[in-house]
Amino acid sequence: MYAYVVKRVLLMIPTLLGAAVLIFFLLRAIPGDVCETKMAGDGAYVDQQQIEMCREQLGISDPIYVQFGDFVYGMLTFDLGNSMYTGRSINSEISHRFELSLEIAILATLTSILIALPLGVISAVRQNTWIDYVVRLISISGIAIPSFWLGIMLILGILLITQWWTEYFYGVRQPWLPPITFVSIFEDPVRNLQQLIWPAIATGFRYSAVATRMTRAAMLEVLKEDYVRTARAKGIIEKIVVRRHALKNAMLPVVTIIGIEFAFLLGGLVVTEQVFNLNGLGKLFVESVTSADYSMTQALVMLVVAIFVFVNLMVDLAYAWLDPRIRYS
Amino acid sequence: MSDATANSELIRERTKLQQALRLMRQQPLGTAGLFVVIVMVLAAVFADVVAPYDPELNQYEFILQPPEWSFLMGTDMFGRDILSRIIHGARTALLVGFIASFVGSTAGLVLGVASAYFGGKFDLLFQRVTDVFLAFPLIIMALAVVAAFGTGIENVIIAITIPFIPRCARVVRSSALALRSVPYVDAARAAGFSHTRIILRHLVPNVIGPYLILLTAFQGEAILLEASLTYLGLGVQEPTPAWGLMLQGGAEEFAESAPWVAIFPGLAITLAVFAFNLFGDALRDVLDPRLRGR
Repeated sequence: MYAYVVKRVLLMIPTLLGAAVLIFFLLRAIPGDVCETKMAGDGAYVDQQQIEMCREQLGISDPIYVQFGDFVYGMLTFDLGNSMYTGRSINSEISHRFELSLEIAILATLTSILIALPLGVISAVRQNTWIDYVVRLISISGIAIPSFWLGIMLILGILLITQWWTEYFYGVRQPWLPPITFVSIFEDPVRNLQQLIWPAIATGFRYSAVATRMTRAAMLEVLKEDYVRTARAKGIIEKIVVRRHALKNAMLPVVTIIGIEFAFLLGGLVVTEQVFNLNGLGKLFVESVTSADYSMTQALVMLVVAIFVFVNLMVDLAYAWLDPRIRYS
Repeated sequence: MSDATANSELIRERTKLQQALRLMRQQPLGTAGLFVVIVMVLAAVFADVVAPYDPELNQYEFILQPPEWSFLMGTDMFGRDILSRIIHGARTALLVGFIASFVGSTAGLVLGVASAYFGGKFDLLFQRVTDVFLAFPLIIMALAVVAAFGTGIENVIIAITIPFIPRCARVVRSSALALRSVPYVDAARAAGFSHTRIILRHLVPNVIGPYLILLTAFQGEAILLEASLTYLGLGVQEPTPAWGLMLQGGAEEFAESAPWVAIFPGLAITLAVFAFNLFGDALRDVLDPRLRGR
């Protein structure tokens, strides 16, 4: 197990370094930089000298390998420098928003597991009945519904329902909307959940679709195994066969999904935060792309890639830990 | 021509038709998906004829009209007919979807097969590069490309194509690995054929199954990705009619007073992706018997 862990951790290094090279040179492949966007944005006359000064200040006029060296050194020391657009420290911009995005990611994962496990299991147990078909339709449509549209529909739904509710019971139309400002869950959990549960549902529903299909496939596989037949032959009631013999063994691939889904989730946040107007990492990312803020964009991309690679590593290790056959092969 | 040959021709025709019909009976959901796809393609191609109004025509006397006979899906905040914009938006969505998924998976096909065929250092290097690309979530990669190249429909196509290439290459490579040592490839090599010829004529046709499966799967993903990028303001730009654009800005603002502005474009995206996914699933069942019944 030890050798396996070391091997897997070491494999992360070339991947992360490659990602750094890729994003760094991709962003610099095309002429035009943040100084031009910042000053020429309104189409007014710009002094060439001013642009040069701006470049000098931000270090964009340095040779490209010096810039790359700075970028990698900054990542290794966890000091990502300043935003090229606003001039504020990237570290503090990210840490301000990290809690919010992390919370939505966790809530969305929980939502998707809560939807996927029961649906996946029941559809496998009742394979090729109408329940199975309904679940499969739900999961295919879950992949098809864009999460930002689901978000808009959720807001619309909340508005209409609370409007009707207040009018019916209190006689006054008083629609309720989720709070706009973010409060930490440790300060005011109720208010925090009132705000964040909706984006979590919008993101989580979409990703439950993939998880449902995986759970179903894994369950179907396991239900064919000899030990399940043995358990049934022994006369154990079906409920226990499904829960103890089958589900436990089907959990292994389901663990993987959480890892794979995390990539979707990180991407999904970018869009969902926009819909619900949440000031999280996704919104910061979109803003940095819009304003050609390369230092911010590359820092956020590397953060996402690092999280993704790390989560995948954790999943692989959990997998190897749960299934000894993997680490010996 | 004798009657006999004409007859056998006829029989072959009929069996082909029968085969198709049997497939359709076996895969009712896939057939439904294919049907929707065909309708959408027709609507996109003949958008100018089918759409009741010019999608860019502002009719200020009909701002935010609810759905009724003259405007089946209502109008938006500029008095533009939503149905016409959806029909023309199908053109944008399908164009981006077709080009991105075709170029992306075809490049992946060639690279994946080449990587498996040449093996050795080339394969190893190619695998590490693929690892790097796969470490980027799809939309993050697309946004990074947009950050580099800018917005607009051409750049959106590039942004969606690039992350598709390594995803397809990885899958194709693993199916092509098994083909490296089959006798007919050895025979082709012994006959002195060039690498290009062996790859294109002997290997590629044998991994066409996974390629086709990915090609259709990417279709839906590309449409969703384009809509998401456009919704974020980083994709297709006004005045090009696009589904993502229709959901931008006004849709949330008018959600309460004019819900049709937000509902219909979203339904269009969902239906399109849904149809491609249904068709793709059915295709996978037919082409990959191992997955049947899942």
